[in-house]
Amino acid sequence: MAAIPDGPVKSETELEVKPDSVNDIAGNPNVVQGIGGTPKTSPSVAATVASVTPPDITDRQTLLAVLQFLKKNKLLESEETLRKESGLCLDNEEQSGSVDGGSVCATGDAEGSDASLLSRVSGVTSAPAAAAVTGAPVPAKVTSATSAGDDQPDVSVVLSAYSQQGDPALYQVYYSGLKKFIESVLDCHRAELSQVFYPLFVHMYLELVYNQHEAEAKDFFDKFHGDQECYYQDDLRVLSGLTKKEHMKGNETLLDFRTSKFVLRISRDSYQLLKRHLQERQNNQIWNIIQEHLYIDIFDGMPRSKSQIDSMSGSLAGEARREANKAKVFYGLLKEPEIEVPLDDEDEEAENEEGKPKKKKPKKDSLGSKSKKQDPNAPQQNRIPLPELKDSDKLDKIMNMKEATKRIRLGPDSLPSICFYTFLNAYQGLTAVDFTDDSSLIAGGFADSTVRVWSVTPKKLRGVKSAADLSLIDKESDDVLERIMDEKTASESKILYGHSGPVYGTSFSPDRNYLLSCSEDGTVRLWSLQTFTCLVGYKGHNYPVWDTQFSPYGYYFVSGGHDRVARLWATDHYQPLRMFSGHLADVTSTRFHPNCNYVVTGSADRTIRLWDVLTGNCVRILTGHKGPIHSLAFSPNGKFLASGATDGRILLWDIGHGVMIGELKGHTDTIYALKFSRDGEILASGSMDNTVKLWDATKAFDDIETDDFTAATGHITLPENSQDILLGTYVTKSTAVVHVHFTRRNLLLAAGSYNP
Amino acid sequence: MAEEKKQKLTNTLLPTESMKAIGESIGLSQMQEETCQVLSEEASYRIKEIAQDALKFMHHGKRRKLMTSDIDYALKLKNVEPLYGFHAQEFIPFRFASGGGRELYFYEEKEVELSDIINTPLPRVPLDVSLKAHWLSIEGVQPAIPENPPPASKEQQKAESTEPLKAVKPGQEEVQMHNKGQGTAATDAKGKDQKKLIEGSAMKLKPRSTHELSVEQQLYYKEITEACVGSCEAKRAEALQSIATDPGLYQMLPRFSTFISEGVRVNVVQNNLALLIYLMRMVKALMDNPTLYLEKYLHELIPAVVTCIVSRQLCLRPDVDNHWALRDFAARLMAQTCKTFSTTTNNIQSRITKTFTKSWLDEKTQWTTRYGCIAGLAELGPDVIKTLIIPRLQVEGARIKAVHEGPVVSNIDKIGADHVQSLLLKHCASVIAKLRSPPDNQEQYRADYGYLGPMLCTHVVKARSQAAIQAQQVNRTTLTITQPRPTLTLSQGGQPSSTSRTPSIIKMPNSITLPMQTLVSARPSTSTQPSPPPTKFIVMSSSSGSSSTQQVITLSSAQSAPTSTSPVTTTVPSLQPLVKLEPGGSQGTGNAVTVGSGVSRTVQKYIVVSLPSAADGKSQNTMGQHQLSPSSSAALEANAVGSLNNAVTVKLERPESPSNGNQSPQPSH
Repeated sequence: MAAIPDGPVKSETELEVKPDSVNDIAGNPNVVQGIGGTPKTSPSVAATVASVTPPDITDRQTLLAVLQFLKKNKLLESEETLRKESGLCLDNEEQSGSVDGGSVCATGDAEGSDASLLSRVSGVTSAPAAAAVTGAPVPAKVTSATSAGDDQPDVSVVLSAYSQQGDPALYQVYYSGLKKFIESVLDCHRAELSQVFYPLFVHMYLELVYNQHEAEAKDFFDKFHGDQECYYQDDLRVLSGLTKKEHMKGNETLLDFRTSKFVLRISRDSYQLLKRHLQERQNNQIWNIIQEHLYIDIFDGMPRSKSQIDSMSGSLAGEARREANKAKVFYGLLKEPEIEVPLDDEDEEAENEEGKPKKKKPKKDSLGSKSKKQDPNAPQQNRIPLPELKDSDKLDKIMNMKEATKRIRLGPDSLPSICFYTFLNAYQGLTAVDFTDDSSLIAGGFADSTVRVWSVTPKKLRGVKSAADLSLIDKESDDVLERIMDEKTASESKILYGHSGPVYGTSFSPDRNYLLSCSEDGTVRLWSLQTFTCLVGYKGHNYPVWDTQFSPYGYYFVSGGHDRVARLWATDHYQPLRMFSGHLADVTSTRFHPNCNYVVTGSADRTIRLWDVLTGNCVRILTGHKGPIHSLAFSPNGKFLASGATDGRILLWDIGHGVMIGELKGHTDTIYALKFSRDGEILASGSMDNTVKLWDATKAFDDIETDDFTAATGHITLPENSQDILLGTYVTKSTAVVHVHFTRRNLLLAAGSYNP
Repeated sequence: MAEEKKQKLTNTLLPTESMKAIGESIGLSQMQEETCQVLSEEASYRIKEIAQDALKFMHHGKRRKLMTSDIDYALKLKNVEPLYGFHAQEFIPFRFASGGGRELYFYEEKEVELSDIINTPLPRVPLDVSLKAHWLSIEGVQPAIPENPPPASKEQQKAESTEPLKAVKPGQEEVQMHNKGQGTAATDAKGKDQKKLIEGSAMKLKPRSTHELSVEQQLYYKEITEACVGSCEAKRAEALQSIATDPGLYQMLPRFSTFISEGVRVNVVQNNLALLIYLMRMVKALMDNPTLYLEKYLHELIPAVVTCIVSRQLCLRPDVDNHWALRDFAARLMAQTCKTFSTTTNNIQSRITKTFTKSWLDEKTQWTTRYGCIAGLAELGPDVIKTLIIPRLQVEGARIKAVHEGPVVSNIDKIGADHVQSLLLKHCASVIAKLRSPPDNQEQYRADYGYLGPMLCTHVVKARSQAAIQAQQVNRTTLTITQPRPTLTLSQGGQPSSTSRTPSIIKMPNSITLPMQTLVSARPSTSTQPSPPPTKFIVMSSSSGSSSTQQVITLSSAQSAPTSTSPVTTTVPSLQPLVKLEPGGSQGTGNAVTVGSGVSRTVQKYIVVSLPSAADGKSQNTMGQHQLSPSSSAALEANAVGSLNNAVTVKLERPESPSNGNQSPQPSH
């Protein structure tokens, strides 16, 4: 009797010590209770998971729960063993138990088991995610974002910070006192100081909840949540559901809120005003919160206006610190390989995909082309090692150049034609679309786990013959490359089976030999378009992968997913080369910079981050979106970035200065697709609201570039010129636009599925 | 203040009763209130958390609708076993029940017989995903093709016509503005700026609407009108199809409308039957187009249609040509117009009814006009037949009798009387069959309805038996909804030579009845009513040898344009009209044989309507008016045009199909 339960318990404790338990944890919920142990007892765990979140209360509580369970079941021996192993003396436990409120110990049997079952639900997600964020045992160079990495404090410390409490009844008084003060200050300061409301509100509420003043917390929330800016609605909704201390553990959103300081930018004058007020009033409660949970970035100069603040705020963790965007970014394009039409072969710098600079070459020669002398803003040619150019790539480049000469010059007076590819009978199942650069193939990812590839040219899709047939081929013949293709099975579309969940992203390699797809099942798959089979399944994300993209030079690709990490991969490595962590929520969209030296990621935390591929550092944090970012696009010259989010707005960014330079309003729903024309003159956007819109990118950028002041301070005043910049709106027939793409001749292709 | 504007965020919780109910369902009978409270709070929180995660999957699935699978994935994310088996495509069929003071939502699980599942035939395999390309925009202008949404929605067209000063919706205006801006070349750029200036100002001006058609539209208009009245039947079918389905016609609508009204005016004078038929088919096609807001042009269309119903003479040889079919067809159109457009303000139906009745009651009315009036009234529905036609049966019978039995009559009168007689019999029989109880007595009928009585009696008997048969069929088989598209059956005569116009039979099986009515007739209560047998139109589209007298006015010589190259292609396969070519005239009813014998050999020349010079037009007009019988079309026109603006409050709406007549109230006259 005693021996039987003893076994599993032992194994549980053994599992605790396993260093590679990340996957096991995810797979086996039973183990989770024992995860981590405590660092004191198991140094091996501590060593491997050292950088991982230190033991939090959950662990200690679960340990206590296990001990209590053992005690109750009279398994004294194992209890003793575990106790020794954990090295916790009884007093210590009880002490900590009482400090933490001892929820598990206190609750009755039935409730306790229910509660722990539910807490397991959330515990599972937080633990491995956290592990993955800061350093799973991967050989890759792991770097975390400067901001998040530095000040990721001990979770328990953060939590216990809440335990110093004042009188719960006074919270409302404090808050409304501050509110009254801020409403009474001069107009110029009011807008700036109002920024304090939201983080203060959240932290005060959480403090109340943490200290189990549920009724007061509810009152507080009901009374003041209406004051907050409307773009925090989503977070407030999450917050409103959270009413108990138990909920706080395992709620990632809140954990993030506490672990990362909320960043505010306030002018010195305004800050002094606030400080003086709080000190006069002896309002320590609020002052403490400001000290501990907020990061106030003080600047000298004019206070910002309300619209200036609104345009930059909205992200989960406030604005970006100014120093976060000071790093130099080499946004210039790489030098073009010198390929003459009768091709020669000296240059190893590959340039095949986007080929935008390439295409400019013929025209740009007169304008003093970039390709001849090094752009001062361009990175070193070999900063990131790029694959060598193959003969076929050169041929493609030549094709590209020829096409480029036929390209239509776009502008407000010559808008592109739009060819729309409608996916019929998709039954709402279309989740991702990609075109090849030469617009010959379309790939669609579907909710039924399939990836389908269509040929949109008369050329059918042909696979390579089977091995048996291949052996019959005369390998010496000139047309051997033709002969290996199987004509019999040629068809207009091919279906690729392999994923076990909806496919959320697809991307063609620039040479059209490969296709990437990422899926809910946590894998990124590489498919061969020669054999139409899966070549590699890249496993690294444990959670759904939302987006993936090939680099413009091939070989590298980037992926990002629910685990909040973007990963950089090379096709011939099964493990990621870089992990970009720092986002506070899902990485929803990922894009390569045209020069392949940078990767940009958009996230559900409503920030955009630019990562240096070489160092893995986050070099830009761009805030201003009010919803998860679902689309990103670099301008062909690499200088600008456009981003679209669920809030239906497109924001334009200057990469070099790290500032927002434009806001395009017009869409009414999530923007899923953005693309610049080949010359960068038109920006096309496709949205869930069934429209394709064309924007005058030249005008949008020109209006701003004249203004040097904004670049210096980072305080921008956005012109209200969306309507002037909007060149056209094209409504589809109940077809959400999922992808837009400019062909080499600047014809716009758009795609979406018809949902009657 | 701000709180009121914003959406209230409240922390809603599951009721503790639910916890109790769930507890009971797994055998926990005595749960404390406190326990339930804690459980419900916890469960509510978790449910919200999962719902918030599920939302992510919805967003990444690029959908607006949260699906059960999203919840499954969210649960998977939390490492919880997903709730498989809820993959309902449309909705989750939760049902509500209350009783004993408790309210409950539950998921109804029906017991399903396994053998039923096994024995039911497999559902059709859903269609595979396919890719279709179309032009969303051509150099900045969105082409008006079926794949694109209509450039101006019906509501917008309506708003434009009814409230011209009200600002159009900003989004729509923008689209239009830009379309126009780019459509008419660079010169328009200035205009665009001006427009913006105007918009910017506080004044609400009606956006300047261009009435010029683009080159493509002009080309399209020319091709379509030529095809509609041209000699090639295939082309015509295509053109009509285009008119009926194309979403981008609203700009050309005024032109079409004028084309039709002018065409009718000229061709009535010319007695050009074929052309009148084609024009009426155009009207029909326009009415079938769901994207057009026709109300604006009824003042032109209605007089044209009415003219085709009641005009004294519609063809050169009234004794041979089957102008009756045209009258029938036009009468149906009229009925459809009444049904769709009659409102309390314009009161089309009552005005039309009055007009018909007035000229019918006139003693001097010709048989042709008489026929038209009766047909027009009869098509308006059984109620109209009951109140207006049946009481007049005796009088009309006497008149027919006079023609048949009287001494000297012209052949034309005789034919006219014959047609009126058969028309009356056809329409009245079904109504009478419903009005009277079964014992059908010849004598009784004669007493009630006079000369036509006995014949009516046999028709009624026939109608009853047919109804009985149909009722049986209805009970057994499901009725398929017939499409509103006309089915054209063209039967070619013996001579295959392409130059000669052979008599063609155009079969229109009740094409005017709307699908809804067909559905109604499927109800058992009305199924005793026989649906009228499919009418067959025998159209003599040939003119006699004397066609040389006809005046030929052509707009252009491009009548033989290579193909009907409308800039837009309309290929909606399900809506294609069925055009069958059948040999011989065997399809025709009795009339076909007689008419079909007159085969002509001359090439028909058509008058493509142009707007003749003023004097010319006037003379023609007056001539046309003169020719028209007592209720002259001029009067009708004036009436229709003039009183369109009069607000009449009485609403008289009568369904025109006999099948659902018993559902509508009896109109008082």
